[in-house]
Amino acid sequence: MSLELKAITKRFGALVANDQIDLKVEKGEIHAILGENGAGKSTLMNIVYGLLAPDSGSIIVDGKNVSINEPSDALNCGIGMVHQHFMLVPVFTVAENIVLGHEQSKRGLLTLEEAKLKIASIAKEFKFEINPDAYIEDLPVGVQQRVEIIRALMYDAKVLILDEPTAVLTPQETDELLTMMRTLKQKGTSIIFITHKLREVQAVADKITIIRLGKVVGVTSPSSSKEELARMMVGRAVDLVPNKPPINLGKTILDVKNLSVFNAVGRKIVNKISLEIKAGEILAIAGVQGNGQSELARALVNLESHVEGSIRINNQEIVGKSVRDSLRSGVAFIPESRELDGLIGSFSIAENLILDTHDLAPVASSGQLNKDYIRENAQKLVKEFDVRAQSIFENSSSLSGGNKQKVVLARELSRTVELVIASQPTRGLDVGSIEFVYERLLAERSAKRAVLLISSELDEVTALADRIAVIYKGEIVGIVSSDVSREKLGLMMAGITS
Amino acid sequence: MRKFLGNVRDNTLLPFLAFIFAFFIGGIIIVLSDPVVMGQLSSPGKFLTSAGAKIGNSYLAVFQGSVFDVNLSRQSGLLHGFYPLSETIVTSTPLILSGLSVALAFRSGLFNIGAQGQFIFGAIGASYVGFNYDFPPVIHVTLAILVGVLFGGVFGGLVGLLKAKTGAHEVIVTIMLNYVAALFILWLLKTTVFLREGRQDPLAPEVNPSARLPKMLGENLRIHLGIFIALLAAAFVWWLLNRSTLGFKFRAVGANANAARTAGISIPFVTTVTMFICGGLAGLGGAVHLLGTEYALAAGIAGSLGFDAITVALLGQATPIGTVFGAFLFGALQTGGRTLLSNTGTSPDIVQVIQALIVLFIAAPALMKMIFRVKKSFADKSMTAKGWNG
Repeated sequence: MSLELKAITKRFGALVANDQIDLKVEKGEIHAILGENGAGKSTLMNIVYGLLAPDSGSIIVDGKNVSINEPSDALNCGIGMVHQHFMLVPVFTVAENIVLGHEQSKRGLLTLEEAKLKIASIAKEFKFEINPDAYIEDLPVGVQQRVEIIRALMYDAKVLILDEPTAVLTPQETDELLTMMRTLKQKGTSIIFITHKLREVQAVADKITIIRLGKVVGVTSPSSSKEELARMMVGRAVDLVPNKPPINLGKTILDVKNLSVFNAVGRKIVNKISLEIKAGEILAIAGVQGNGQSELARALVNLESHVEGSIRINNQEIVGKSVRDSLRSGVAFIPESRELDGLIGSFSIAENLILDTHDLAPVASSGQLNKDYIRENAQKLVKEFDVRAQSIFENSSSLSGGNKQKVVLARELSRTVELVIASQPTRGLDVGSIEFVYERLLAERSAKRAVLLISSELDEVTALADRIAVIYKGEIVGIVSSDVSREKLGLMMAGITS
Repeated sequence: MRKFLGNVRDNTLLPFLAFIFAFFIGGIIIVLSDPVVMGQLSSPGKFLTSAGAKIGNSYLAVFQGSVFDVNLSRQSGLLHGFYPLSETIVTSTPLILSGLSVALAFRSGLFNIGAQGQFIFGAIGASYVGFNYDFPPVIHVTLAILVGVLFGGVFGGLVGLLKAKTGAHEVIVTIMLNYVAALFILWLLKTTVFLREGRQDPLAPEVNPSARLPKMLGENLRIHLGIFIALLAAAFVWWLLNRSTLGFKFRAVGANANAARTAGISIPFVTTVTMFICGGLAGLGGAVHLLGTEYALAAGIAGSLGFDAITVALLGQATPIGTVFGAFLFGALQTGGRTLLSNTGTSPDIVQVIQALIVLFIAAPALMKMIFRVKKSFADKSMTAKGWNG
């Protein structure tokens, strides 16, 4: 089955999210759609899947004009979609999840036998491994994703849309997914693969459509170089591997010994971790999401309440002190979620820039905010950190992801600090902003600060870190240097050390 | 500047539209509830004329009863014509103060249902100092007010402390403490300290003249200095929220507690201090009401003030200036309602219906948007406290 989009246009108010987009996906083709966040990829796919209605343009399936007003229309046309966030019920089994919405019953009772047979035949045809009786919550993320794919295939999807499918996967799971995609392609299924990861595109795509600011800026083949693809995506030349000046180590800044973190119900999330970071180096904690790295970062600024062990910053013990004390002992903290923990959406940029210094001179004097200073400070930082905003009094919630992160960076790095903790600092950012974050973190390293980088992106970890500590199930499985191979790092992230 | 004006427009447009629409619906109810007018339904012309007259007269009576009464001014001079306005201000004063208490809590992400209890404790403190001691005039009234603020503050601060230390939800605790306050005052008024000599019913002695807030326009009008105290308190809350570092913490916790905590702001501290100040404001309301209007502590001193305060704060979009306007509007409706029955035969309950409708329409911004076809969405403005998990 082939799918063609002609001159799709979608406006949101003054913003043109999709501007006359043409796209042609042939039978058995893996068609990658590459673009930065906010380029209009998701809008386009939501139109194809019937979640949004286009203002103009047409969708053509096998040469026939079709109208897709809701997801069921898309399914009837043979278009299936696997969302970035899975739509599965955790306490149901694989088979139960797959039949959800299409249940068959016998005398009022649910029968799964037929569904299980069909799952088995699909699994055999496409060489998937799946146990239809396993509970979703017990399965690794990669297998959950497989369930979503099988669900789409069950309802005869001939065109499969995968929305940022590798964002949640380990490197090994990613490789498995890519293999699976190739098998699907051989059997004649077309795949629309939405991503911003160049390596994956080159590995698997037949054709690449690049979208920038709502427009198709080019259709190319995977033989184009990474630099070329990035340039088309961003609109200018991009430094993908930042220039790292030689290391210049100073004294120990952060010294963590036997640190354990427990969650609210007493389960151990971080298990006896010890590490040390010296001034002038970047230590990366690499690991698949959910292995305790978020809690570790939060514990270092006393945001976790159940902690055992010792954290010394500049030889000062900080366990048991307040968040405020830990920040003021010289720590810059860039939290994992900008929207939840980093910024107050209804506060202006200027107010967000003083969030943790609002009661210190010169921001305040005798209990009163110094409005002039706050304004000048914001004007200075907005310029220095290249925050693109209409005004410093604009609410931070109206900024794009990259600009939000710049506000957080500006606030945290403009204080006098010795340790920078950056938790997933480029998550969800576009290439241009990622480049900016890298530059700033390396500048901190050059300024002889200790940097702790927590990331699940292998490329980021290897590009920035001097040493890489791999975390798995709350424990550090090993500390390696940054020239380690991707394969070894991937295995370590899966808990395999030998 | 354009943005600032935009904000003002958003903040005032919704209450204004709600106000207009509530009066419109109120008019319909006035007609529906009058059997004489409804009896004329068979001749539409007559019906429309008398319905119009009925609505017009009713709202005119509310105006006469709350702002200016021509008849009174003819009888006893222009100043006395403003007797209703004086009554409106006297009614509004405690509403402003308890409304500020609720509004400030909203801004810190807390829902203070306890203004009623804090108001009662403020009145108790002021009453005790007022009748039990003898001080020179200015010092006495100041002292009585301060003790009232302290009583209300401690009663409110207790809620904050309980939430900070144990996580007890402030809505539950304040509702329960309202009962505690209501029953405590009943008991207190039966003790020998508080019971007025020679009386059996629960009524305390009047406060000494030195502890009373002075009247501003002679003995005939009840308006007293309390209104200035209330306006000063509103200015203080404005300063606190918009200029002080403490208020910055309050607003930060109210808008995004996670980000505030990550930035090193202590949430238990903010919760406790906010509730102390909120209690103090409601306590000030109780003290001012007692020392300016009532003089003697009675079990029903707070009436339904603590609950009207929630409405007033909502109406004022949880801003100090809005709360002042909201309180004046409610004060006017309540005083105006008193003359409604005698002048036009319309039930004074219609005033409560209008009040309820205003709240309903403010709580349903999408409805107002639909009715008035306003383009800008009100819906993304959230100002009330978060839910049970907040």
